Order: sequence, then C-alpha cells, then structure tokens
Amino acid sequence: MKNYIKYIAILAVAMVSCEPDLDNSIEDKDFYSNGEADFTNYVSLGNSITAGYADGALFISGQENSFPNIMATQFAKVQETNGFRQPLMNDNNGGLLLGGNQIAETRLVLAVGADVSLAPKRLNAQPTTEVSTVLEGPFNNMGVPGIKSFHMLAEGYGNVAGVPGGVANPYFVRFASSPNTTVLSDAVATDASFFSMLLGDNDVLSYATSGGTGEDQTNNLDATTYGSDDLTDPNLFYGVYKTVVDGMVANGAKGVLMNIPDVTSLPYFTTVPNNAMVLTSEQATQLNGYFQAVAGVFAGGLMAQGVPAADAQAFAAQYALTFNEGPNRFIIDVPASLTNPLGFRQMTQDELLLLTIDTGALAQGYGSIELTQEIMQVLGKLQQGGTPTQEEAGILFSGVNGIDDVDVLDSDELASINTATLAYNQSIAALAQANDLALVDLYSILQDIAANGLPFDGGTITGELGDAFSLDGIHLTPRGYAVLANYAIEAINSKYSASVPQVNPGAYATVTFSNNVQ
Amino acid sequence: MKKLLFLTLFGLVSALTYAGGYRVSLQGQRALAMGHTGVAVVNNAELAFFNPAGLVYLEDKINVAVGVSAVFSDVVWQNSEFGEMARTDSPVGTPFYAYFSYKLNEKLSLGLAAYTPYGSSVEWPTDWAGSHLVNNIELAAIYVQALASYKITDNLSVGGGPIYVSGSVNFNRNLSRTLTDIEGNRSNVTLDASGVSAFGWSAGAMWSPIDSLRIGVNYRSEILVEAEGGDADFENIPNSPLTPFSDTQFDATLPLPAELTIGASYQLNEKWLFAFDYNRTFWDVYESLDVDFKNQPNERDSKNPRNYKDASIYRFGLQYTANEMFTLRGGYYYDGTPLESGYYAPETPRNSSNNFTAGLSINVNDKLAVDLAFLYSRFDEIDESYDYYNEFGVSVPFEGTYKSSAFTPGLGVTYKL
Repeated sequence: MKNYIKYIAILAVAMVSCEPDLDNSIEDKDFYSNGEADFTNYVSLGNSITAGYADGALFISGQENSFPNIMATQFAKVQETNGFRQPLMNDNNGGLLLGGNQIAETRLVLAVGADVSLAPKRLNAQPTTEVSTVLEGPFNNMGVPGIKSFHMLAEGYGNVAGVPGGVANPYFVRFASSPNTTVLSDAVATDASFFSMLLGDNDVLSYATSGGTGEDQTNNLDATTYGSDDLTDPNLFYGVYKTVVDGMVANGAKGVLMNIPDVTSLPYFTTVPNNAMVLTSEQATQLNGYFQAVAGVFAGGLMAQGVPAADAQAFAAQYALTFNEGPNRFIIDVPASLTNPLGFRQMTQDELLLLTIDTGALAQGYGSIELTQEIMQVLGKLQQGGTPTQEEAGILFSGVNGIDDVDVLDSDELASINTATLAYNQSIAALAQANDLALVDLYSILQDIAANGLPFDGGTITGELGDAFSLDGIHLTPRGYAVLANYAIEAINSKYSASVPQVNPGAYATVTFSNNVQ
Repeated sequence: MKKLLFLTLFGLVSALTYAGGYRVSLQGQRALAMGHTGVAVVNNAELAFFNPAGLVYLEDKINVAVGVSAVFSDVVWQNSEFGEMARTDSPVGTPFYAYFSYKLNEKLSLGLAAYTPYGSSVEWPTDWAGSHLVNNIELAAIYVQALASYKITDNLSVGGGPIYVSGSVNFNRNLSRTLTDIEGNRSNVTLDASGVSAFGWSAGAMWSPIDSLRIGVNYRSEILVEAEGGDADFENIPNSPLTPFSDTQFDATLPLPAELTIGASYQLNEKWLFAFDYNRTFWDVYESLDVDFKNQPNERDSKNPRNYKDASIYRFGLQYTANEMFTLRGGYYYDGTPLESGYYAPETPRNSSNNFTAGLSINVNDKLAVDLAFLYSRFDEIDESYDYYNEFGVSVPFEGTYKSSAFTPGLGVTYKL
C-alpha cells in the first residue's frame, strides 16, 4: 500500500509542474518565419519619425512606441535577436539642455481650457536631457530628429561644439561614436543584418513648415550653400541616398525603405482651413464695397497715367474681390509684381495655411481687411463721387491685411514641394528595386489615411490631429506609429517570404492629457 | 479631436467577473476523491455540506472532518494574429472545510460547518493585452452554517440550516487599453471590499428505499453578496479634467448562485460503493455585474454583461474498502460551463471540463483517519472572445485562444468519537 502513496505523490508533482500548453503555441520555433530576412541585428535609420518623436518632442515613452521599436518587438517573436537599443532620453518631459540651458521645448499635451476647449499646450516641466551627456553605443535606433538626407554624410554632425551654430544636431550628439563621425559611418559600423530607412522628409518638410520662405535649391548640388529651410536638389538627394543604401547593404543586409509622405497632407497644413473667414451678409457687402473701391481707385490711377480706360479697368478687376455670406477664402500677401502691383490676392482652393498661424489674429481681420477711421473717410469721399489724392489712395490700399508668406503655402510653393517629393520618391523606388529591398509607399498610405482613415478594432483611425497624428501635426502618435510598423511588416513579409505578426493599433495610445501646462 | 471628449464618458466598462471557475468544488476530500459525489453517501462529517439530512445516520456521537486543498490553476492566452501571449501566475488557492456534528439522540443530530464553495484567484501579467478587463482578481467567500439533521423514519431524514457568508474581493484592471499618465504608466483602478456579510440556507433529504441504496437531494440557496462602500483606488490618472477619476467608494452585488443536487449511492457489497450526483447550478442570476461608483455620474458606472446560463455537473464516484486500514476512491465528473460564447472574459475563461479524481483514506486508528484526494481538471483549448467591452461606443472584442489547467491535491482528517 505504501506504493500507492508513492505513486500518487509522483502524480501530484508531475501535475503541478504541468502548465497549460496550447497545441499551436506562438512560442513554438516554427510558428512564425523570418523567411529570407535575418532580424538578428536590426538597425533603423532616418529622422524624427524613426526616432519616435511625437507631440513636438522626443521623450522616453514616445521612443518606446517608435515604429522601429514596435517592429523589433515583433521580430523578436519570430527569431532570436540581439535586442533593440535606443538612445533613450532622460525623461518623459521632452526638451533638451545644452550646458544647462534649454534649447528645445517640452512635449505638447492636450489641455482643457477654462472654456472647456481642447488645445495642445507645452507641458510645464523642466527638461533634464543634457545634450553633452553622450551615451555609449552602438544603438539600433539611429533615427535623428531634424536630419536631412545629406546630413547622413556630414562630418561633425554629432559634434557638440557645432550645435549652437546649427551645423551639428543635438540629437546625434547624444549618441555619436565620436565628434567627427558621420551618421552613416556609425550605422555601417553596427554591421546590421537588417535595416529600415525613412530618410528625406526634412529635405522638403522644413521648406514647407517655413511657409516656403526657404529657397528651392533644385539644380544646386552644393549642400554647404543651403539654408536650413531650403528644398534639397533631387539629384543631390539621389546621390546621398544611394551612398547610404550602398553602405548598409555592403555586407549583405536586407532591409526596408520607406518613401516620403506628401507633407502637404499632414495636419500641420490641413487643420486650419483656408476659407475660415466666415462673414455675415453685412460684412460681405462691406468687403465687396471696399474692394470695388480699391479696384476703382486703382483703375483711376492707371487712367491718370494714360492707360486706356478699358485696359485699366480689366487690369484692376483682379482687386475687385467678391465675398459672400458664409465661409470665404482668406487674402494673402504676395510679392508686388508687374502683374500684381498691390501684392495681394485671395487664396486659391488648394493653397494651405500652416498650423502655427495665429488663429486669434485671423478672427481679428488677419487675412481680410482692417478699416481704420482714415480709410472710412476715404471711402466716404469716394461715395460722394470725389476723386482721392495719391495719398488717400495709399491709405485706402493699406486696409488690406493679407496673410504673410510664412503662414501659407501658395500654389508655386506647393508645386515645388510636389515636384521635389515625387523626384525623391522615384529615387527611393529605384534604389529599392536595384538593391532588392522592400519598399513602403508611405506617400500613398498617409494620403489614404488623410482622405479615408484606416479601420481598426476600435473604429477608424483618422488623419486628424490627435488620432494618427500627434499634437504637432507632423509626427505620428503611438497608434500612428503602430500602423506604420504594420505596413513595414507587411512589405517585409511580402518581399522576404516572412510571416512576422503585425500589432494591434488599438492597443497603442494617441495623445496624452494633462493640464499641467505652460 | 472631438471624440476625445467622450473619454470622460467611457466609464469603467467591464470590471469584476469571475467565470465558471468561481464555484470551487472542494468541500470534502472523501467526496472529492469520488468525483465530488456525496448527496447520498453516508461517510463522515462531510455530509454537513453535501446533505445535512445524512448527518443523523453517522454512527458515532461526535464526528469531525477538516481539510484543505491546494489549487494549482493557470490559464494561457494567445492571439497569434498579433503574436501576443500571456500566462497567469496565480497564487495557489487554499479552500478549506471544517465540519462538526453531534448526535443528540437517535433522531436528531446537530452540526456546525465552515467551508468555501466560491472563490477565485487569477493573476495576469500587469498591463498584459487584456489588462483593460483584468490584471488580477482575488475573490473569497467563507460560509459558516449551523445544522440540524432529523430522522423522520428509519429510512427517511431531513436536514438543513442557516448560512452566514463573509465575502471579500480585490480586483485590479486598467481603465482602458491605452490611457496613461504623463510618464506612460497605465491608469488603473483597484476595487477592494472585505468583510461583506450575507445570509442563506441549505436543506436536504435522504431516503433509503432498501438498505443498499440511498437517494439524496440537497438545495443550497442563492446568496447575493452586496458590497457596499468598498474602496475604489484609482492610480496613474492623468492630471486632466478629461479623466476625472479620484478615489471613491463603490457598491456592487455579486451573486453566489443556488445549487440543487440530486443523487444516489449503491452499496454493492462490503467492499464496493458506487455514487452518482447531478448538480444544477443556477448561474442565470449572474446577468451582469454592475459597479456603482459613489459621487460619480451614473454614466461613469460600470455595467458588465455576463449572461451566465444555468449549468450542470455530472459526477460519478466509487469507493473500495480494501481492508481495515485503507479505503480507496476514484471518480470522474463533467463540469459544464455557465459561459456563453462571446462572454469569455479573462478572469477565469473556463470552458467545460473533464475532471478525474482519486484518493484514499488511511485509518490511523478507530477514531482518526487521514483523507487524501487529488483532482485533475482537463480543459480543451478554445478560441473565444469577450465582446462587451466598448470604446467610444464601439464594441472591441477581446479574443484569443485560451487553455486552462488545474490540479488540486487535498488533505483532510476525519475524527469520530
């Protein structure tokens, strides 16, 4: 009988150690496949989007939700990897210190105002990430916020001494292997088995966010002559991009390239509508009267200089703007020219206002007219059939309060942006094909999300501020980054016959609430 | 952006639940070893739970049975679409029982009983994929009962008595799938209530048409454990009027359902005894678990559909009296789940199970016996979901493949005088 007890005891121990196991466990070695790709040492290259920048800053929880980190987490479910190191910031406040002085702002959070309105505001906190504290590499995520294509090859881009002068990048300083290294040489040194690259947004984005005040440098191959808001020459872009790809694939690494989004589809440019001048019927009548007066006076001036009446009136007709009750497009300033001597016009349908425009000023007449007492007097004189003096004409014209170039992307600027973006993306597609790399068509993906949204288990991810896009209007939210990671995984699986699982975007957050704001 | 406003309204969707697993059938090692049959078995003081009508048939004046089990129960969940997997790391549950009966005269026995028929202890990894439904939960209910057993005729008896319940619950989950404070820590709530009292009763009857056959029936009433003024502790809440959660109190009612058992035992000869029990557990009462937070608007209360259905358990047991020292037992039962498809919340997402039991008693002397029992519960893996979690009015099912396992060794002592 003692045996019974013994057997039962053995049975007991055997059962206790028996955890529930699934028939097809994802922990089984062959459940997922890495296909022809090798994710052992995955390195990501690129700009702020690669770094996990969100809500106008870089901070730890944003970095943890960077799309490369999300991808690396999924890669690790498929095969053994070496992990994924990121040059984490020192806090969740965002912002940077250089020698103790703040040089970058804290993150944006969604704050509730006294009138219950929601608005992005800067978190009221002190940055603690000191740029000159250099972290020990190598790092898998080498995304550098603000980097342009040609900076990949720029020596000294990680030299702290160059930060105040703008020739070095504080984010690269934090993890550069030496002050004079280049991002590419540090990247090649990682001996990546797999890489991702999302590079070139800033070559067009900084031009766009400046309202097109930078120069379009097409046909200028010398990057040293570029200003920070200039548009990079597509041939220069191709050369740099090719050099970087060649460097990464030299040891047989496989990878995925992501092309450049249509930056003008980002909420930064689509949130403030260009027709937000909402008028009552009386206001519209007043505006129409004013611009009739402007056109009339301008035509009168031309006739006084001997221009035939018919020609003068036809030319001046461009200033006889008409407004209707309801929403109307704003007026923008343009450079005075022979064809537009007064230097203003109404916005066209496709022209865009920037997120940073002072919406308070818009409500006060910015983008419309400001009628002073003097102007009213001139208008009164005109009504009584009087002829204004040259001085009075000047006073009348000064009532136009057009939107400045810095707040708007006009049609010429949009054309420059579009031409450059398409040229860059042609280069990226060609290099992906030439090197047999996977390609993510971010251009089409983000356009599609902006137009149609993307279904997920909690509804639809929209392209609005605060859903796919973070509060800065350019960078993605964690949920947006999860979507990006999924598209990259899809492209990788297809290209390399792998079966890396995607993530559930619904498990990733959008924006953070706080009323602890500046 | 506007929909962010609704965050204030998302309420505390889904909170407490305890799935089919919160009925813990471990109320006597002798019975457990025989598939937890016992409504028609006269064996020892375990009758206090299984059928108090039988207490009066115990031969000795004083009968005592005490015991404890160790429940090793775990669940694994995975979602292969997203490469997610989680295992519970649940603490070992220790349900116990203590029964006492005293034969006043040939017609009447009195008794006292304490036992733990309902309880649950599940611990998922904090912030796991289903953390918006549960991170961890611990539920305990101790029943204390006074009993009388009366013999109407030599072959018919009745018994029963009032039950006092003391219950406690501790439950933690995240407020949503994504809400965090500024540091990225997930916002969560812990509900805690203890010392919650409730009352109920049980009654049974036992009849022996012939000497070798006993037939029993026992009913234990439904008991509603009404937690009033429990503590709701909110952690990692963003500093924002959009998330106005602060520590408060809550009211909630958890039903401990009624259970009807009918069964029979047949004494084949001096060595062999067969037993069969049928349990019907009236889970229908558990339609929804609603948590009412004090000082909060009603829309922020938590409504959690459960939609449990009455469930049946079929139990078979046999006992072999080997000699004066050893009695061997074995059994099997089929435990039907009260869960409907689409209502598998991860608190205890147990589907129906096949259960195998074995055990023995060792008679140390005339008065004292040691009772051992082992239970192995076998669950098939199942693809299921919980479909009643809402985000901004959109149902977000939580789905995956579940597999549970449970193994329960138990030790008891029987004493008679």
